[in-house]
Amino acid sequence: MSTTTFGLTLLIVGMGGTLVTLAVIAGCLRLLTKLFPAENSDSDRSGGPGHA
Amino acid sequence: MLDAILSGLGGLGAGAQYLLAQGGPNVIMLAVAGVMFYLAIAKDVEPLLLLPIAFGCVLANLPLSELMGEGGVLRTLYNFGIGNELFPLLIFVGIGSMTDFTPLLANPRLLLFGAAGQLGIFFTLILALALGFSKEEAVSVAMIGACDGPTVIYVSNLFADLQKIPTAMVGALAVAAYSYMALVPILQPPIMRLLTTEKERSVKMPSPKGKVSRTALVVFPLLVTAVTGLIAPQGLPLMGMIMLGNFMKVSGVVTRLTKASENEIANISTLFLGLAIGGTMNGHEFLKWHTLLVFGLGLVAIIVDTAGGILLGKVWYWLSGGKVNPLLGAAGISAYPMAARLVQTEGQRWNKHNFLLMHAMAANTGGQVGSVMAAAIMLSVLKGLGIL
Repeated sequence: MSTTTFGLTLLIVGMGGTLVTLAVIAGCLRLLTKLFPAENSDSDRSGGPGHA
Repeated sequence: MLDAILSGLGGLGAGAQYLLAQGGPNVIMLAVAGVMFYLAIAKDVEPLLLLPIAFGCVLANLPLSELMGEGGVLRTLYNFGIGNELFPLLIFVGIGSMTDFTPLLANPRLLLFGAAGQLGIFFTLILALALGFSKEEAVSVAMIGACDGPTVIYVSNLFADLQKIPTAMVGALAVAAYSYMALVPILQPPIMRLLTTEKERSVKMPSPKGKVSRTALVVFPLLVTAVTGLIAPQGLPLMGMIMLGNFMKVSGVVTRLTKASENEIANISTLFLGLAIGGTMNGHEFLKWHTLLVFGLGLVAIIVDTAGGILLGKVWYWLSGGKVNPLLGAAGISAYPMAARLVQTEGQRWNKHNFLLMHAMAANTGGQVGSVMAAAIMLSVLKGLGIL
């Protein structure tokens, strides 16, 4: 395999794969936080300022 | 009798004689170790890594000691924990147990900055190939763009084990990675200002509102581990270890193990890893033109990482009608939590009422996941291409 083919394959599949996989994980995380919403209990944590 | 005395005396000072006769490269590396000591001690630049690396470098360049020979202590440490990838993975457990993914879970879209922040890896790969590095060397050099020492060592050592790259290159890559991570506060601000307008930098973002349930925090590491295992199994050791550390932390039921991971395990692994890496930096193998190019390419990788994140930030700014501050993109690298704090500082420079920290923390932890995911995907693709 030529170095050009190698480089382009890794660029397209690698960078593209990273973007797509992280987008999928982000989608799963949204679903996760909807399935298990915080209920303002002590065990739930804030993603904002003031969180220790 | 006299001969015996003279022979015995001949054994003394052998190291000095060697240095004078042919130890030019070793002397240069001793000076390099001195620079690393200065950076670590006087300037507080990544001292936890640079100090043991520098000391290992000193030991490796004081000649004829056999420390890196068969059975030598540095060789033993190398075989024990780097040759089999153990030390970087144990450090990752510690990193996972020290990372708080709550801001990311409160705003999962910011994970995309973690993807854009890995652009430098792939850009540098193309550049390294164009400059004549072999495929394996180019991949190893490109991993500096992950901005993550253990990842760089893990990937490059896979190739060193297969003898596709010289062992000395692992040391150069590790030093480059840790040095540039420490230089993020110097490297990033000019790029942030060059690629954004004052109006964009001043965008005020509202305080993140979302709370995150403990259940979500506990499921998160399991989810990420499973996704990595299914999509990029070659990277599962890396992602699995960081998620193990985080899982122990958020479970709340193994405090002793979490504390041990953050402290004793991480510290011992860091010390031994640094010493062993320093031991690979013998001047005769380390000082090659390739090494200088490695440092140059590493710089390019970090710059393009930052640019990639900020450019995504600008696109997001435009798509959201000016609601997202593009500076957040600079936090999409794995230098945690330094990059997030830098975005906060830079954001406040242009708008005193702007508190970007929690958003930046989300992007920064996204960068941690993104860098490991990029390495995982790269390794899996290489496996598919038959190179690994």
